[in-house]
Amino acid sequence: MEEKEKLLEVHELYKDYGNGPVLKGISLDVHKGEVVVLVGPSGCGKSTFLRCMNGLEAIQSGEIRLDGNVITDDKTKWSDVRQKIGMVFQSYELFPHMTVMDNILLGPLKVQRKDKRAAEKEAEKLLERVGLLDKRDSFPRQLSGGQKQRVAIVRALIMKPEILLFDEVTAALDPEMVREVLDVMLELAREGSTMVIVTHEMQFARAVADRIVFLDGGEIVEMDAPENFFTRPKTERAQRFLNTFTFN
Amino acid sequence: MQDLGIRVLFMGNNFSRLLGGLWITVKISLIAVALSMVLGILLGMVMTLKHPVTRFITKVYLEFIRIMPQLVLLFLVYFGLTKSFGIQLSGQTAAVIVFTLWGTAEMGDLVRGALISIPKHQYESGAALELESRQIYRYIIIPQTLRRLIPLAINLTTRMIKTTSLIVLIGVVEVLKTAQQIIEANRYTVPDSALWIYGMIFFLYFIVCWPISRFAARMEKKWEN
Amino acid sequence: MDIEFVTEYLPMYVEAAKLTLRLGFIGILFSIVIGIICSLVGYYKIPLLRRITAVYIELSRNTPLLVQLFFLYFGLPKLGIMLSSEGCAIIGLSFLGGSYMAEAFRSGLESVEKSQVESALAIGLSHPQAMRYVVFPQALAVSIPPLCANIIFLIKETSVFSVVALADLMYVAKDLIGLYYQTDEALLMLVIAYLILLLPVSLAAGLLERRLRYAGFGN
Repeated sequence: MEEKEKLLEVHELYKDYGNGPVLKGISLDVHKGEVVVLVGPSGCGKSTFLRCMNGLEAIQSGEIRLDGNVITDDKTKWSDVRQKIGMVFQSYELFPHMTVMDNILLGPLKVQRKDKRAAEKEAEKLLERVGLLDKRDSFPRQLSGGQKQRVAIVRALIMKPEILLFDEVTAALDPEMVREVLDVMLELAREGSTMVIVTHEMQFARAVADRIVFLDGGEIVEMDAPENFFTRPKTERAQRFLNTFTFN
Repeated sequence: MQDLGIRVLFMGNNFSRLLGGLWITVKISLIAVALSMVLGILLGMVMTLKHPVTRFITKVYLEFIRIMPQLVLLFLVYFGLTKSFGIQLSGQTAAVIVFTLWGTAEMGDLVRGALISIPKHQYESGAALELESRQIYRYIIIPQTLRRLIPLAINLTTRMIKTTSLIVLIGVVEVLKTAQQIIEANRYTVPDSALWIYGMIFFLYFIVCWPISRFAARMEKKWEN
Repeated sequence: MDIEFVTEYLPMYVEAAKLTLRLGFIGILFSIVIGIICSLVGYYKIPLLRRITAVYIELSRNTPLLVQLFFLYFGLPKLGIMLSSEGCAIIGLSFLGGSYMAEAFRSGLESVEKSQVESALAIGLSHPQAMRYVVFPQALAVSIPPLCANIIFLIKETSVFSVVALADLMYVAKDLIGLYYQTDEALLMLVIAYLILLLPVSLAAGLLERRLRYAGFGN
């Protein structure tokens, strides 16, 4: 892999909810334009790891840097950091009392204080891209799961984040809707977006990733290019994990 | 007066008189609760009928009883019946009538709510098991209805005990009236007795109602699912 | 029915109704403020205050307003705390109503999943902004039906204000019954007065609730 500028650097991250460590000293660099996919058995800490990256979980020790600046000390203004680190959740978490357009505009208008007309134009462009322009005035309740998740992606994108975090975004979807969401993510990858993705969709992981990170028991067990990881895993734990998917 | 007016509570039989007064209130509420439970269950079942006339009548009854302050209802029965029909009611009888009318309306609405909250498929799955309709009620509908109903009915009991305090205003000698008598009798010897006696009554009501509402809350939690 | 009697004493009822409305309005306003404070204390699990509000809520919910008023009006002066009749009425109603309002707002706040806050934070909103734009609007929609029910309940509760020597509707009615024995007229005007006070609130509440249920959020 060619050496690019480091966007996000995680160093020796420890996380403990109070009953034993969940993350045991994780170090990971994410480069600009890179797509990192985190895989591992459920409960291995991959979602927690993702949530630590934008401060939704407090960490016990370690350090995270964004663009070279430490974001895990007391001075961190998370509101600023989170504009640069977008996140999409498994359960969409659209705001049910707002239309699609208002959901998308909340960040630009209230956080970035952008001009409403310009922001709206931007939102329409993004909605068009994910094929949902006709839903701009709908309420989340009127959308399918796949549509909701695409709106959630637009809501994150409009903040123009430097890096996007995806937390099992297809896990709650009906099978026939998984595709439409994954397609949007594949396109983002092609355009060079920097992304960290937690997923159970192994074929998608293989297709979209520049690098696969395999977590188990709160630590990184293996880290490799997708071709190597899926065909010649180096560790027995990764081998065993991959075997659980062979029936697909 | 720093010689502790609290002693008024323990002079003579004052304390047992207060308890006796409270018992009048509790007794009236309990009689009304018992009657309301029975009549309310009947009313609730009638209200689930789709017949337009029964629907209209029960609705008017329910709305009128629930929108009027209970004290107004007490006045209507206590003063109104006496005047219009020449029926001389004691305050206690009037109170039992009013709180039964009110309790029946509230209970009826709870029963109706519990009955219609049981999803239709519960009846259908019962029928699919080839249960007779009597069995469906006995084993499926009634147990589920009761689980929803019992905590709410217990809460209604505390509401009725609290509301029964109003009977002092139609001249029933209950705990507040007894208190006034004690305060009056000790006006010169214990001038600050009102503070202690009314404080004690506040506390007594709490002691009666609080365990009941805690119990209802516990049941509700236990039967939530 | 003695029409002359009715017209003669109608102004007394109007005055009494105005008094009830005024004190009820102030008491309900304070109840809402107390309710908001208590529900936020619970929502943020503020250590000591949480205990205090819990005790207050239990005391308020398990004692009758009538007894609360007797204590305020006849008991407290013995401690040197003299409250006016109106003061007692307002404090009593607020003390009672605060706990009921707290429950209404608590149920609203608890209905909004914590993940909604996270999702708002994730797009860069500050915590206060997340509460203002995401949590409160959703919580309010859930709280409005119990809020309306509480308002009706509290207006009904004002009917005991006569015990602190306020010339409210019950006081006027009882006076007319006692003085002139015009029971039918006095009671009829009493019922009509309360219907005028309560029916519009009740109808509006029903309407609002139906709109929230069926039109809410694009359904």
